[in-house]
Amino acid sequence: MNEIKVTSADEFDIRDWLRTELMPHFMCPGCGHGIALRALLWACHELGVDKDRLAIVSGIGCSGRTGAYIDANTFHTTHGRPLAFATGLKLARPDLTVIVITGDGDSLAIGGNHLIHACRRNLDITCMMLNNEVYGMTGGQVSPTTSAQRYTTTTPAGNMEPVFDACRLAEGAGASFVGREATLQIPTLKDLLKEAIAHEGFSFVEVISDCTEIFGRKNALGSSPEMVLKQKKVMIPERSDNRVARPFRPNPFPTGVFVRQKRQEYGGAYRELCDRVRQGGKEG
Amino acid sequence: MNAHAGKDAPVRRNIQGNAACALGAIAAGCRFYAGYPITPSSEIAEKMAAELPRVGGTFIQMEDEIGSMAAVIGASLGGVKAMTATSGPGFSLKQENLGYAAITETPCVVVNVMRGGPSTGMPTRPAQGDILQARWGTHGDHPVIVLAPHTVREIYEETIRAFNLSEALRVPVVVLFDEIIGHLVETVELARPAPGELTERKWATGPREEYLPFAAGDDMIPAMARPGDGYRVHTTGLTHDERGFPTQDPEKVTAFMDRLLGKLERHRDLIERNELVETDDAEVLILAIGTPARAAKSAIRELRAEGVRAGLFRPVTLWPFPERTFRALAAGRKAVVVPEMNMGQLVLEAQRLAPEGVAVRGVNRYDGEAVTPGMIAEAVRESVA
Repeated sequence: MNEIKVTSADEFDIRDWLRTELMPHFMCPGCGHGIALRALLWACHELGVDKDRLAIVSGIGCSGRTGAYIDANTFHTTHGRPLAFATGLKLARPDLTVIVITGDGDSLAIGGNHLIHACRRNLDITCMMLNNEVYGMTGGQVSPTTSAQRYTTTTPAGNMEPVFDACRLAEGAGASFVGREATLQIPTLKDLLKEAIAHEGFSFVEVISDCTEIFGRKNALGSSPEMVLKQKKVMIPERSDNRVARPFRPNPFPTGVFVRQKRQEYGGAYRELCDRVRQGGKEG
Repeated sequence: MNAHAGKDAPVRRNIQGNAACALGAIAAGCRFYAGYPITPSSEIAEKMAAELPRVGGTFIQMEDEIGSMAAVIGASLGGVKAMTATSGPGFSLKQENLGYAAITETPCVVVNVMRGGPSTGMPTRPAQGDILQARWGTHGDHPVIVLAPHTVREIYEETIRAFNLSEALRVPVVVLFDEIIGHLVETVELARPAPGELTERKWATGPREEYLPFAAGDDMIPAMARPGDGYRVHTTGLTHDERGFPTQDPEKVTAFMDRLLGKLERHRDLIERNELVETDDAEVLILAIGTPARAAKSAIRELRAEGVRAGLFRPVTLWPFPERTFRALAAGRKAVVVPEMNMGQLVLEAQRLAPEGVAVRGVNRYDGEAVTPGMIAEAVRESVA
């Protein structure tokens, strides 16, 4: 990568990174995913990521459709499986910067198995999970991160299930970089994503991204700006060394970097093993 | 091993069908394998785990069958020839992503070593219950090629051909054989393919502005772009236009589906491969693949010694089914006998295609044992009686 630069919001032109021919985009007004996309591309810009060698792999849902707007090699795969596709792609093409964009349903429900094993394996992939607490694309059904008592189309009397804390799940499964940020603070989110992409190994970033049109409306959470401002009231910015353990998603929820570990990256380790085998070392 | 053989001479050796499959894949240029343990196909993964590091390839045991299919497609999208192997239950789990490979036209090879089903069924017993799943397993109209080898040597050769067809036509190819052949050990010569015998994908060339990732010429096969080549393509499982972006425009959807399915018909001559045994004067035509085809060959010798003229039609390429060839061959026979290790799947093709007046008779075994030559001979005798 080139020398890492720091730019102000004015200096970063997102249009350099977008397929502008696809505009207008199909996100609802007020959706947080566009903000997360901006922060991600701003991070790529500052890291000097080569668009030709950038692979964006996404699954199904609102998060899954977000990747298509990026002017890079974009792969819109099947529901829950982007991490598994990305694993094959990164192992076959270690020269690529591989970023997975997924959602709470995509990665914690149907794709939960791939998430925990990606964390354990520690292949150099960045996973950005957009958490909007709901299955938005299908019309607003309950997800593994829907807060208690919230109304969705499949919890008409309020949600009874406990929520997943995705960051604690990723940490427990062995991810070597774990962090959370909300769309309220774009430069902070950009810096978090920047560190995640630069991290050698598997990095997991949860982005609290509001679904205003479907989830917000159903639960009378106010307008889009009101919802974003509410994030501020429940966020607890903190560092990994003073993190307070909480059993589940947490409302209020901590943000920041929770795990930052130097651990053997899987792809490089496998290639070293292959070199040893070829040089006549221990063979299988 | 033959001590007098030169470096590039074919090597004679005792080898298992599953191992021959792995060696065929390596010989074809496969450099990525993702899999999940399942009986009776696990030896393929084990052999690939040992062999791939020696040739600069990558092996990974994924967390599940779905993930291994996804990883194979991911590697192929990166430009590397890739394969996975499984059996019935795992084959079911791979179907959704097989559909993704079909609609995104991503080359990949999927081996299915068939065992007894449905569900967990009989994991160590042979069957041919996936003949129709191999064709129709994933949802929606989709292209797929299925190759059905019946000897160890043929597993090796057909695995190589599977990669060649998959790369040439940008279509998933299934290599389908039953447990008996997968675990059979035969003494075979495995000829290393010459460089000209291996097919490489058609890669995008020319300026990015002029490149349409899903536009094709007369051959109906679009040129593919690798990440890193500067084309920055979008790949999606949504029905897409020639640019690769989602569309629901009826005209564009129709054109896309017509090309997606039509490319196999366009290249039928390349795809079709059959074996004919003693069919010229046969009163009864036997239609069979895999282990029952081996039994049929014994039955034909036995029957001909008795003066009963039987012959075998064995589609090595099972799907797309060689309709015209079969119809022409079946014409004028007294009967078509279809032995298979299931409750009647291949026989449906014979019933659909046999000319009027030609009786179609199934010989079915679904108890985890092989169809025997005696069972086939008996059915043939009854057909001419």
